[in-house]
Amino acid sequence: MRMSPSFTLRAAVAAFVMLLTVPASLAQQPIKVGIVTLLSGPAAGPFGVPARNAAELTAEMVNAGTVPAPYTQKGFGGTPIELVIIDEAGGPQKQVAEFRNLAPRVDIVIGYISSGDCLAIAPVAEELKKLTILFDCGTPRIFEDASYKYVFRTGPTGTMDNVSVALYLVERNPNVKSIAGINQNYAWGQDSWADFENAMKTLKPGIEVKTSQMPKLFAGQFGAEITTLLGSGAEVIHSSMWGGDLEGLVLQGAPRGLFEKHKVILSAGEPAINRLSTRIPDGTILGARGPFGPFAPDTELARWLKTNYQDRYQVPPNYASFKIAQAILGVKAAYEKAKGAGSAAPDQDKIIAALENLTFEGPGGTVKMSLGKGHQAVMDAAVGTTKVEGGQLKMVDVVRYPAEKVNPPDGVKSEAWIKTGLKK
Amino acid sequence: MSNILPVVFDGIAYGSWLFLMSAGLTLIYGVMRILNVAHGSLYALGAYAACSFAGAWLNGGLPAAGSFGMLLLAAIVVGGLVGPLLERGLLQWMYGKDEVVLVLVTYAVFLIMEDVIKLVWGVDSLLLPEPYALPGNFSLGGLAYPVYNLLLIGMALVTGLALVWALYRTRQGKLLLAVIHDREMSMAMGINVSRFYLATFTVGATLAALGGALTAPTVAVTPGIGVEVIVLAFAVVVIGGLGSLGGAALGALLVGLVRSATVRYWPEAELFSIYAVMAIVLIARPKGLFAVQEARKI
Repeated sequence: MRMSPSFTLRAAVAAFVMLLTVPASLAQQPIKVGIVTLLSGPAAGPFGVPARNAAELTAEMVNAGTVPAPYTQKGFGGTPIELVIIDEAGGPQKQVAEFRNLAPRVDIVIGYISSGDCLAIAPVAEELKKLTILFDCGTPRIFEDASYKYVFRTGPTGTMDNVSVALYLVERNPNVKSIAGINQNYAWGQDSWADFENAMKTLKPGIEVKTSQMPKLFAGQFGAEITTLLGSGAEVIHSSMWGGDLEGLVLQGAPRGLFEKHKVILSAGEPAINRLSTRIPDGTILGARGPFGPFAPDTELARWLKTNYQDRYQVPPNYASFKIAQAILGVKAAYEKAKGAGSAAPDQDKIIAALENLTFEGPGGTVKMSLGKGHQAVMDAAVGTTKVEGGQLKMVDVVRYPAEKVNPPDGVKSEAWIKTGLKK
Repeated sequence: MSNILPVVFDGIAYGSWLFLMSAGLTLIYGVMRILNVAHGSLYALGAYAACSFAGAWLNGGLPAAGSFGMLLLAAIVVGGLVGPLLERGLLQWMYGKDEVVLVLVTYAVFLIMEDVIKLVWGVDSLLLPEPYALPGNFSLGGLAYPVYNLLLIGMALVTGLALVWALYRTRQGKLLLAVIHDREMSMAMGINVSRFYLATFTVGATLAALGGALTAPTVAVTPGIGVEVIVLAFAVVVIGGLGSLGGAALGALLVGLVRSATVRYWPEAELFSIYAVMAIVLIARPKGLFAVQEARKI
């Protein structure tokens, strides 16, 4: 066989290049972590960007080995991690396509704020056999209606948000007789209101529902809704609104006396604290979708996130920041548990086995992967009341509810559990 | 009666806001036959600029009442700069093309401007509550209402009347009516149609920005606010008849009142109410309430 000189030359160059690259490939390859969060659209400001910021901060400090115990080891079990960040905007259909592109490029995917995206991604993650951690979306349906091997959620479901505010309300106003709601007209708002309404009916049989307002998502203007609420005579108003809608409700409702005439509950109101601050009237009951932000326990991990995030971004981390940091640390804990004392990198199945039913510490406290056959986290819930002191908004009368009290037992659907008496 | 009054007032207030959104859209369509999707971005730009202008004014410690002037100034600056830029820089090369092409072109502009807004103002919401809270409340049927809503209604009235006056009572308006009626004949008669297109687009853009600027104090200005508005404005304009100013006014009022009544008596159907009005009107009058009759041309 004759070889042309040019072929020989090319072969030599190729061999040389291969020799050059071999040492690099033997060097430690980083673990690639896909991060999917809303970087554009109305949810980017309150959730998406705070989550991305916290993910970058956490990854950097995990790699540097500067996260407090038990996460002092550098990277994941000594191997550095590298983030691949993509935008969650565009809806479930687009996200499924994005996920199919992302999955081959990364080792693990951590993401998804929208419940619609989570419901669409979970079966695709299963199909592609890609370890996927849902970090923020709230719908309990993911692990109640299906079961997955490759999908986990390290944040609690939306069920406990509304059960805990109902418990908090009834403890403080045992004679409450009527409620009303204003929630965004899509899955999140409808589910939140249904959970709250059902929880109130269980806790206070015979309670009267005056009106349930369901404005369009991102409507922003609620003049007629506020008029109806003001005229409804309801003692309590529940809202699970978020982002611009929530800010609009407070800006339009407060000057008209909505918060003075009624006890207002904002079950997911925490991210608005940084934006609205003292404009949120005193006495508003506020939730943070778990023990996050101002409700975080006083631990070294919580102080680590709060101090470093504040220093870098000049605002306190909100619940989206806490939840993505928690997801990354949860995977780190599982990875290191799976790796054990050995030096070989654990395969995906071993990481999955380690993450199932794992209990780990996050900046919001203890996380137990105890629902959905060990794939769904539960955490304590926390609720507080706003009060302006010295020109600053403070959370007072903060109550923590143990995870078991505000979440259904494994295998029981949230809706049935709430309707049948919230029993442990 | 005390139950009806708040419903009517909320309906008129919402209708006034809708009219401010829709007037520019229908004007541009009436004259230029462009369904301007970028109207939503001009609205958003107006809102963001209002936050920047009025925010700077208030931060400078100047009298709070002056922030109202800043809202108007923001609308004029946005409309006066971006309107001509779009018309001269882009749209003038597209005239004569199919209406669908122009929808796609303005949609592209809309997408670009959404990102420009994100680039300039970031993704966090902007708040400008001072002009909303400043005039205080008044009482109607025992309920508190912001005086700002009255200002909004007044603004919509003034805008509508000014447009009618300019169109039907001035020489330039009458020339514009001739352009609307027959573009080619107007050119043959020596009317500078291109100048009228520029002026119309600038006025339409300013109206969009004015809608945004006046809305800014009542809401949180967030990325994507233009999307919500353009859908509503299209619905109103279609109900009224594309290109009809009176139709936009009546459509806005109708949608405002129906929405307000739905919120009060059947809140679950709020999402559907505006489209129900649209469906019913279009079944009865497929071209809208006051569709401009097309002259038959050979």
